[in-house]
Amino acid sequence: MNQQAKILIVDDEPNILLSLEFLMKKEGFQVFIARDGEEAFEIIERKTPNLVLLDIMMPKIDGYEVCSFIKNNPALAAIKVIFMSAKSKDTDVQKGYDLGADLYVAKPFSTRELVAKVQKLVKNDA
Amino acid sequence: MNSFWIVLAAVLYLAFLFGLANLAERRSLFKNSWVNNPYVYALSLAVYCTAWTFYGSVGHAVKNGADFLAVYIGPTMLIPLWWVVFRKIIRICKAERITNIADFVSARYGKDRALGIIVTLLCVVGLVPYISIQLKAIANSFRVLTKNSTAVSESFLADKALYMAIILAVFTILFGARKLEATERHEGMVTVIAFESLIKLSAFLAVGVFVTFGIFDGFGDITQRAARLQPLQGLFTIPQDQTDNWFWHCLLSGLAIMFLPRQFQLAVVENVNENHLKKAIWLFPLYLLIINVFVMPIALGGFLVFGSSIPADSYVLALPLYFDQKGLAILTYLGGFSAASSMIIVECMALTVMISNNLVMPFIVSRPNWEGWIGSSISQWVINLRRVSIVLLIGMAYLYYKIVSDRHSLVSVGLVSFAAVAQLAPVVIGGLFWKRPTREGATGGLLFGGAVWFYTLIIPSLVSAGFLPLSLLEHGPLGAEWLRPEALFGMTGLDNISHGLFWSLLVNVLFYVYGSLFYPLTVQEQNQANLFVDIFQYSDPTKSSVTWKGKALFTDVKRLLNSFFGQARTDRLLDSFVKRNNINLLSPYADPRLVSYTEKLLGGAVGTASARTLVASVAKEEKITVDEVIDILKTSQELKNLNRELQRKTDELERVGDKLKRSNERLQQIDRMKDDFLSTVTHEIRTPLTSIRALSEIVYDYPELNNDERQHFLGTVIKETERLSRLINQVLDLERYDSGLYELHYEKFSPRELINEAFVSLNQLARERMVSIKFNLQDYLPEMTADRDRLMQVLVNLLSNAIKFTESKKGVVVLDNFHENGMVYFRITDNGQGIDPRFQELIFDKFYQAQDQTTRKPKGSGLGLAICRRIVELHGGQIWVSSKVGDGSTFTFKIPVNQRSITP
Repeated sequence: MNQQAKILIVDDEPNILLSLEFLMKKEGFQVFIARDGEEAFEIIERKTPNLVLLDIMMPKIDGYEVCSFIKNNPALAAIKVIFMSAKSKDTDVQKGYDLGADLYVAKPFSTRELVAKVQKLVKNDA
Repeated sequence: MNSFWIVLAAVLYLAFLFGLANLAERRSLFKNSWVNNPYVYALSLAVYCTAWTFYGSVGHAVKNGADFLAVYIGPTMLIPLWWVVFRKIIRICKAERITNIADFVSARYGKDRALGIIVTLLCVVGLVPYISIQLKAIANSFRVLTKNSTAVSESFLADKALYMAIILAVFTILFGARKLEATERHEGMVTVIAFESLIKLSAFLAVGVFVTFGIFDGFGDITQRAARLQPLQGLFTIPQDQTDNWFWHCLLSGLAIMFLPRQFQLAVVENVNENHLKKAIWLFPLYLLIINVFVMPIALGGFLVFGSSIPADSYVLALPLYFDQKGLAILTYLGGFSAASSMIIVECMALTVMISNNLVMPFIVSRPNWEGWIGSSISQWVINLRRVSIVLLIGMAYLYYKIVSDRHSLVSVGLVSFAAVAQLAPVVIGGLFWKRPTREGATGGLLFGGAVWFYTLIIPSLVSAGFLPLSLLEHGPLGAEWLRPEALFGMTGLDNISHGLFWSLLVNVLFYVYGSLFYPLTVQEQNQANLFVDIFQYSDPTKSSVTWKGKALFTDVKRLLNSFFGQARTDRLLDSFVKRNNINLLSPYADPRLVSYTEKLLGGAVGTASARTLVASVAKEEKITVDEVIDILKTSQELKNLNRELQRKTDELERVGDKLKRSNERLQQIDRMKDDFLSTVTHEIRTPLTSIRALSEIVYDYPELNNDERQHFLGTVIKETERLSRLINQVLDLERYDSGLYELHYEKFSPRELINEAFVSLNQLARERMVSIKFNLQDYLPEMTADRDRLMQVLVNLLSNAIKFTESKKGVVVLDNFHENGMVYFRITDNGQGIDPRFQELIFDKFYQAQDQTTRKPKGSGLGLAICRRIVELHGGQIWVSSKVGDGSTFTFKIPVNQRSITP
């Protein structure tokens, strides 16, 4: 188990960032946060995280774009992507998976389940 | 007066009429017709007023008082029927190319040749006396003018009436028998008739005015003087025993006017437009009224002047002459001449067409090899035939005048003629509205009705002329008293006209109805019955419906038309018909529609019966059943209706479709908006929920959290919960405003109070962000009436937005408050980032900022401005923004100082 796996959390809601950052740190991950797509690109390129927790509805560059950027870039394609979104329509979920996401989690979610899923994805990766 | 001048005046007048007619014909060629005019139409119908009216009414009035009016009251009372009867007859005649009443009757009853002959003979026999009295009137007026009292016995060659008759015959030939096709209108002739109607009216009025106001001192004067004269006293009342006669005379004239050949000619054949009837229906009775106004004054005045020294029929002319008014006398003479000549011209014209169509042509065209017999120019031959008939007719009338009619008054001869024509009423009117009548019924009715007419009305006149013994009248034939011609079955109490009319019409109707009910209808009769009775259902006068089935070679049909109409006209006629009806000319056999049309064209030229014979000579006709005819007629009609109905339906569908499309688009838009709204609301609710759940789970799952952390997490949960409740409240508010359920609670307050309060509630926020707030308030502001809490909400919302969207520390927010034109203005200006002009309108929409993904998401639900706008608008105010990117924004709203309605 790679305890030092790097997790990037992208969301424009400060309170969600607050809670997820706390949780991921408790799990022993190295945590980065971004408030929008632009910041996310920067961190992904610089830090190459193992997994990205990605909100969809964000100003400027949305989550879908971030995901397709990751999955279409061979150097980054290995990065796991978990969408977390208040958009829960089937079409939205399908679009997420079509773009190559590994998981789609609807908001509001159970933190325990989310943590477990993150752990599993990161473990498989290792 | 010198007879030379009088003849000259008549000849000059005729020459003038001739010129007028020529001019009218020429104008009609240039589509500048005089005749296409309801007034000319109505005037031409006044051909009804003949010399009988012009001279005879006065004569009749002297003897019988108001009696003379019956023949004008009858038509006036029955004239509303014209719209029903004439409109139908006009429609039928145009569709079937029928040109006279004999052809009409013959066509109606299965194109029966015998019926055409009977009607023609009845009309000729009935009307020759009528024409003769016109000649008599002209001759008499001539005699009065020349003061030549020698009676009819003068030598043949010296008789001016003969010369007049010849001149009139020539005139009729020149105008009435120029064209082969009698369906073509005679515009020159109609113009002349209408003009003559004007002349006779003005001449009669001129004499009337002269007698009433020139000789005497008005109507009252004449009447008072006349009332003192013993012989005239009876004229002022209608004797009790005369009322029956009045009824019969009215009925007689009302019927006669519809079926007199000359009236039929002008009212039906020369009709340009059915709608002209509408005007004629009131104009024509008006004419009758006007021309009768002076009859009584002239009659009484004439009697006062002349007594019984001259015949009363000549008072009209004798009065101006006696008082040495030569000009007026000439005018009167011309008026009388107009009245007589117009009748002679049109009556002869109509009768000659009847004669050639029914008495001559059918017999000629049914002879084998008739074409070789007639020669190459058939149309000229037919025209010549009509010319000969005109001469014969006028000749007969002249002889009748010489032998018989001089013994009778104008009116009595005229009424006898009317009675002959009235015999046509049952077969024509019955045939228009009843499908059952048969050929046998019509023939029986006409033959026996005509016979009774002859027996009761003509025999007595022959007796008085000395041709038959007087005992016939007094004791009946062979002493059978009950068969006395003037008292059939011992009937007395009616005058001879009423008596004759009663019996002849009774016999006529009985035979007509009996023959119609008890004889079977042939197929041909049924076909014609359907065509005539249902004309409004089936006909479109411009189109022709097929009622003919069989085979005819196209070349034969064409040759037939050629021989009557000439090569050029035939080609033109065929060409336009073929084009109009999309007829296929490739087959050697003519299209049935074309054959049908050919028969109608020929019918217009030589009559129904001959046309039928002619077409039969080139075609092998197959029996066509009634059902087939009705099918064809119905199909064409149904197709037309169907087409029209389909077109209407299509239009309607298109309209409905458009409407549906629009409302669908609108619905879709509303649906999309609702969808967007819902998904936005869901998103906005889920976001704080996510934080709340995550943070509470953390607190729950990690008891090792230190106090600060726990406090921070729980505080956030509380804030997020507040955010959630705020959001829900706002959504509910908005829905209440949108649905119109929200009622404002008005109260009076000063704007300054409101501003103070808002400032207090925002002071904390401003201080946190280190934004300064400045006030710029007008000194005097009236108190305003509004929903205080809602306005506070708007103000707070705008101010807090301004504070939030300015940069911390540098931010300045200015609040202006002033009063202008009954409105209180609140203006909030910040020096923040500004708003792109593209979004300045949109930010007042619900969740607008949530949908705009390109700008950083501001704090707030996205409903604030939408709610502000609703509140301001509910107050009858306005809210707007002006802003430049990077240069701050200014939000302004204005509220009326006083609300119109204040809820207590």
